[in-house]
Amino acid sequence: MLTRMTTDVDLATAVNLQSPSATPRASLDCPAWNVLPADVRAVLSRLRDTQGFDFLMDVTAVDWSAEKSPRFTVVWHLYSSTRHTYVRLAADCASNTEPAMPSATGLWPGANWHEREIFDMFGIKFDDHPDLRRILMWDAYPYFPLRKGFPLAGLPAELSDPDITAETGTGLISAPMAGGPFVATPGGPMSEAEPRAKDEAWNEQRAKPV
Amino acid sequence: MVTANSELAYDSKIEGDVIVTRADAAINWMRANSMWPMPMGLACCAIELMAAASSRFDIARFGAEVMRFSPRQSDCMIVAGTVTYKMAPVVRRIYDQMAAPKWVIAMGACASSGGMYRSYATLQGVDRIIPVDVYISGCPPRPEALLDALMKLQAKVKREHSASKLFSA
Ligand code: SF4
Repeated sequence: MLTRMTTDVDLATAVNLQSPSATPRASLDCPAWNVLPADVRAVLSRLRDTQGFDFLMDVTAVDWSAEKSPRFTVVWHLYSSTRHTYVRLAADCASNTEPAMPSATGLWPGANWHEREIFDMFGIKFDDHPDLRRILMWDAYPYFPLRKGFPLAGLPAELSDPDITAETGTGLISAPMAGGPFVATPGGPMSEAEPRAKDEAWNEQRAKPV
Repeated sequence: MVTANSELAYDSKIEGDVIVTRADAAINWMRANSMWPMPMGLACCAIELMAAASSRFDIARFGAEVMRFSPRQSDCMIVAGTVTYKMAPVVRRIYDQMAAPKWVIAMGACASSGGMYRSYATLQGVDRIIPVDVYISGCPPRPEALLDALMKLQAKVKREHSASKLFSA
């Protein structure tokens, strides 16, 4: 326990040395800090080089919804292969309409695809990213599906191939939800846990009760 | 003593080297029993498709064991799995590259209707981009269900007016 505490203190010192404005972030598991976008790269590289956090586990993002400001937060999880612990950093994007964040690709090449996925799903641009293209959807897809305002069923759009669109006359539709969304309930017996429509009261013919 | 000829097969002693039949019957017989699949394995259903090809279920019994990964050499596209909108144009293009006559089996809930993926990323049924002959329910369907679908498709092929279509085309 004592070792654990001293390491956390070391960590806090390391983070604060690099970014005096960093504040501890509420966390139920590993140590976490909020940092400013401008400091992110410096803090990440300090944690990597002086504290042994050599593995970038994950980069992800949160959309807190259009009403909130700051709207977008980018989150990094680092793992240390020597201490066997994690640390989390989070930084709010300065702009709610044109969110951007410094890229970590210069520190870990593996950040490349994580950041492309965040760009694809949230529309957050990563400065100095070597190849910032969509990774899951195709380049011409007009929406950012993991933003809060985007419906699970999707919005109408064109297929990626104009030839096929002309030939079949089909495109993307809003998926029929038929009383959905179809989600799993964790816990309980398997028969109850499997994905199913949560609200059976409405379907394509009958509108959802308000 | 005269006995009825119980042989259903061609008997060279009786018929010599000549076989009399209808063009439709001959063409359909050949088509139905050498239906080479184009395995469009896109998700978990493809595992059951592979099982159907293996020794326990043995799709070879129906003349459909020759999985061709070249659309030019295949007759029946088996769409086994979730078709995403990103993949949909590819599926259609491969279908277009298959030489006629060609058929399509939509294997499983996803290929038939989008399945449980009522989402922005999934094509809600492969019949929105290609004509489907047989749908198979299940998530995933058992290999027997695929074989059943294949037999249904064979029955369908045997009802086709192939000769008139062939000569009018
Ligand atoms: S129907 Fe079920 S088993 Fe088949 S591809 Fe869809 S999810 Fe997988």
